[in-house]
Amino acid sequence: MAILVDKNTRVVVQGITGKEGSFHALQCKAYGTQVVAGVTPGKGGQEVEDIPVFNTVESAVKETSANCSLIFVPPAFAADAIVEALDAGIELVVCITEGIPVRDMLKVKHYMLRNYPKAKLIGPNCPGVITPGEAKVGIMPGHIFKRGTIGIVSRSGTLTYEASHQLTRYGLGQSTAVGIGGDPVHGLSHKDVIAMFNEDPETEAILMIGEIGGTAEEEAAEYIKQFVKKPVFAYIAGITAPPGRRMGHAGAIITGGKGTAQAKMSALRDAGVHVIENPAFIGKTVAEVLGKG
Amino acid sequence: MKLHEHQAKEILKKYNLPVPEGKVAFSLQEAKQAAEELGEFPLVVKAQVHCGGRGKAGGVKLVKNMEELEAAVEGMLGKVLKTFQCPDGKPVNRVWIEKATPIEKEYYLSITLDRSVSKPVLMASAEGGMEIEEVAKEKPEAIHMLHIDPDLGLMPSQARKLAFKLGLPVNDFVKIALGLYRAYEELDASLVEVNPLVLTKDGKLVLLDAKVEIDDNALLRHKDLEEMEDLTQLDPLEVEAKTYSLNYIKLDGNIGCMVNGAGLAMTTMDIIKLAGGEPANFLDVGGGANVEQIANAFRILMADKNVKTVFINIFGGILRCDRLANGLIEAAKMVEIKVPVVVRMEGTNVEEGKRILSESGLNFITAEDMWDGAQKAVELAKSAK
Repeated sequence: MAILVDKNTRVVVQGITGKEGSFHALQCKAYGTQVVAGVTPGKGGQEVEDIPVFNTVESAVKETSANCSLIFVPPAFAADAIVEALDAGIELVVCITEGIPVRDMLKVKHYMLRNYPKAKLIGPNCPGVITPGEAKVGIMPGHIFKRGTIGIVSRSGTLTYEASHQLTRYGLGQSTAVGIGGDPVHGLSHKDVIAMFNEDPETEAILMIGEIGGTAEEEAAEYIKQFVKKPVFAYIAGITAPPGRRMGHAGAIITGGKGTAQAKMSALRDAGVHVIENPAFIGKTVAEVLGKG
Repeated sequence: MKLHEHQAKEILKKYNLPVPEGKVAFSLQEAKQAAEELGEFPLVVKAQVHCGGRGKAGGVKLVKNMEELEAAVEGMLGKVLKTFQCPDGKPVNRVWIEKATPIEKEYYLSITLDRSVSKPVLMASAEGGMEIEEVAKEKPEAIHMLHIDPDLGLMPSQARKLAFKLGLPVNDFVKIALGLYRAYEELDASLVEVNPLVLTKDGKLVLLDAKVEIDDNALLRHKDLEEMEDLTQLDPLEVEAKTYSLNYIKLDGNIGCMVNGAGLAMTTMDIIKLAGGEPANFLDVGGGANVEQIANAFRILMADKNVKTVFINIFGGILRCDRLANGLIEAAKMVEIKVPVVVRMEGTNVEEGKRILSESGLNFITAEDMWDGAQKAVELAKSAK
């Protein structure tokens, strides 16, 4: 089971002939992901190590039945690439690109909500999604993940690796790990992914890695309180971040007294979530609470 | 990216928004000439800094004649203005001189993104002049929020309703709200804020102050705005970091941090604090840093005189540990390392990275995990005092 991607997922890589696109397309393929096609306008007919390249996502879908897109195109063209994937009927779009203007994402998000309410977007500015042992659709190092029963959702890339590494060290594998990205306007939220993990029979516990800024963690807490019976763990990065300074992720900024780590942690505690304060003890805490340490 | 008030006002004027007539001056001579061209006193002299709270800190002066103007300008230009929002202060290298506006009442008006619903939101309040954070805390009901459909844009009827609620001249307010939204969209702003928007004694609305911030990601299509950035308002190390595509923010502590990834970088700051120390900076070298970037990152971090210890925390993904290790060796050739350096590495090619460091002859302290590394760094920083 797991969520979002598995061994049946058929991936088309948009921007496959670029340096990053080709590198990661091959890494995903080496991991065992079905990378069935690539798209670069004007380079249709070429191949990237046996992966056929098409001019449009539409033709890639028609020829290869791809149902998931992984996007590496530069920020100025990335919003257009998401729209192209959606228009071609892609159900899951994973956008790795960092630095897309907020206004572009705003337009794309509302276009998607209006026209493709069932489609799902992960990112942008994210590491992607991995179901260990089945499919890696993203840029994460596959070897630190291990198949298991913990679902991970995170805004941050390297912090996801850190957490998975710690869990794996305690023998706790992951059902799926989803990096939703650090931009202010993005696709799936913490709450959306937690809802999926809640429905997934393979996922026994959920680890949410949040950070300062916005109110997504608070909204997730509200949802957990009402609907989630599985154990949920959370770590929030940015306790020491000063207000008004953007900490790398466009979203990670405390404004108007909102979005502080303290506010998020207290909302999560109130929802019965195990809040982990020391990020070095994520694996240890999960193992202890689940009695698997 | 932040714009100065004078830049924001000059831009908003092009959107036919009512801003007071004024001129920017970089010297006393320019200021006197500006006053002559504006023609009549009283005038207002406003220090141009990227920092709120200028009024209370002496950065805004009403002047009735040329002598007062000279005194005001001399008191600002070339000085560092410290306000409650920027206790360290910002250098004043230009002033804005404008015609004084007779104020009847002050209002607040802004447009920004409401991330929780992915829509721009226009906020208006009759509690002008105050920090909106304060109003939000003490009188949240006084703030009117109007969410804007990104496809439709702001409609006159929506702005009109707000004008009636606030008791403002309806046609003027609608024109201002719509113009402000058009500017917000076209400039790719992340914030446009007018605080205060004033009703004058003769019943007109005027944008007495203006703050515009541009979405950094959108600067690729606004080269003209990018060129307006006043780099003197930023920390020099932050400016240098930017030229190497490094994300560096200077803080007040004494433990320098170098991390890959924004989330892990924030986490590293947090864990230093948990271990009883204070981070000297936020530094994200990014996912795909090369040897040169790592060497430069290290140099920038060491340029902060407060740094007593360095804590390097890298989880190798795309950035392989061997590449990091080679970067550090390069850095050691460029800068003399006078303080202890704690390295915690994990992930891709970690064994190779550790081997390179141990064979380098450099005296790096290795850590087992993040907590071990943070504790070692804090201990070293304390014993250095």
